Amino acid sequence: MTLSGIPDTNALVKQIHAQYPLLAVNKYVIAVDKKIISGNTILNENSTVALMPPFSGG
Amino acid sequence: MSFDYSRYERYSRQILLPGFGVSTQQKLDKAKVLVVGAGGLGCPALQYLASAGVGTIGIIDDDVVSVSNLQRQVLFTEADIGFPKARKAAAVLERMNSGIGINVYNERLTTANALELFENYDVILDGTDNFSTRYLINDACVLLKKPLVFGAVSQFEGQLAVFNGEREGEQPVNYRDLFPDPPKDGEIANCADGGVLGVLPGIIGTMQANEVLKLITGMGEPLINRLLTYNALTNQTYEMILVPGDRSKQEIPVNEEEFRSTDYAAACAADNNGILISASQLAQLIDDKDTIIIDVREKGELPLLAIPHQQLPLSTLQTETPVFNGKTWVFLCQTGRRSLQAINYFSAMEGNRKMYSVDGGIIAWEKFNNKKEHDKAHS
Repeated sequence: MTLSGIPDTNALVKQIHAQYPLLAVNKYVIAVDKKIISGNTILNENSTVALMPPFSGG
Repeated sequence: MSFDYSRYERYSRQILLPGFGVSTQQKLDKAKVLVVGAGGLGCPALQYLASAGVGTIGIIDDDVVSVSNLQRQVLFTEADIGFPKARKAAAVLERMNSGIGINVYNERLTTANALELFENYDVILDGTDNFSTRYLINDACVLLKKPLVFGAVSQFEGQLAVFNGEREGEQPVNYRDLFPDPPKDGEIANCADGGVLGVLPGIIGTMQANEVLKLITGMGEPLINRLLTYNALTNQTYEMILVPGDRSKQEIPVNEEEFRSTDYAAACAADNNGILISASQLAQLIDDKDTIIIDVREKGELPLLAIPHQQLPLSTLQTETPVFNGKTWVFLCQTGRRSLQAINYFSAMEGNRKMYSVDGGIIAWEKFNNKKEHDKAHS
């Protein structure tokens, strides 16, 4: 999905948790422009953000 | 160990490759690779490692072949059902390539045997199906500084990474740099619960074998400190760069002694006290007018639930927030994992109600009813 006017990853997380409440109780990591981040990270209008959950299946 | 030139013909198609040659084949011949788990990922990985001529292959798995494995665990046949996976897989590989050595460990990987076992191998391949073993493998590999080729699948998506590898100018990264704490049981669906497209572990397991071969031969660029995700439905791949995190250092045992005394199963055990109910407890609640039974499986999943209930596929919870009447809500799914996830979600919601999850799900419920029928017929 494409979003605009979101300053950082904290704001993004807040918005997608409101839209997809189940995500709030799930574990995932965030990658901004293909790099895993750990703290709040500033986003620009062209940033690509990916959320990735852990998988256990084999 | 010198290379047996009579086997040149066997490997001729890879020896011919630019930059490969006999010397690279000799590297494979000397290499020792341990595959943990002879399942959906392990089977294809083992096939290609054996056929490429990896000199020593270890297989550790304590499970036996079951009929539902055959859809994706391609080394096994119907005749293997009930037999140990590690032994059956080894038998196939021995027929495939008599020139390599295969070590069979028909046992569970534990903190008691992992370090001694891993020390005998150059590369570890994680093909397991549960988080507690995945974290155990990760931590053992960090302590021993062993390269770990990680692969995992869920439904239509797979993940691939190389941990603890050497890459110039970068610190080695491990799985805890991604997810410092293991998810609790039931938090994330496994293959038995969420399902998996059979060909997907075939693809990811084969990619794991490819990473192992690159690590051994020094050819190409192994996926060190990178994580690749692959979507089988769209063919989309996404590669992300991993960086060491502060938390992982705190969570990994500081030494071998601490590792041996770590309880990995307990780290994944969810605190479900007071939430789980048995199938027989469910039977008692069916006629209770204040109780509502909610099936959170997706539409079309079988068997159908033959008692009055509401349907609420877990996937719909992502967009809507339904409220049910009744003081007691009992959630059910196939195995009891997704129903715990549903409770997890509703517990964040306000309101006064009791919520339960049926332990073992509809599979346990069916078993309970079959036993009741059987007992009735024989009484």
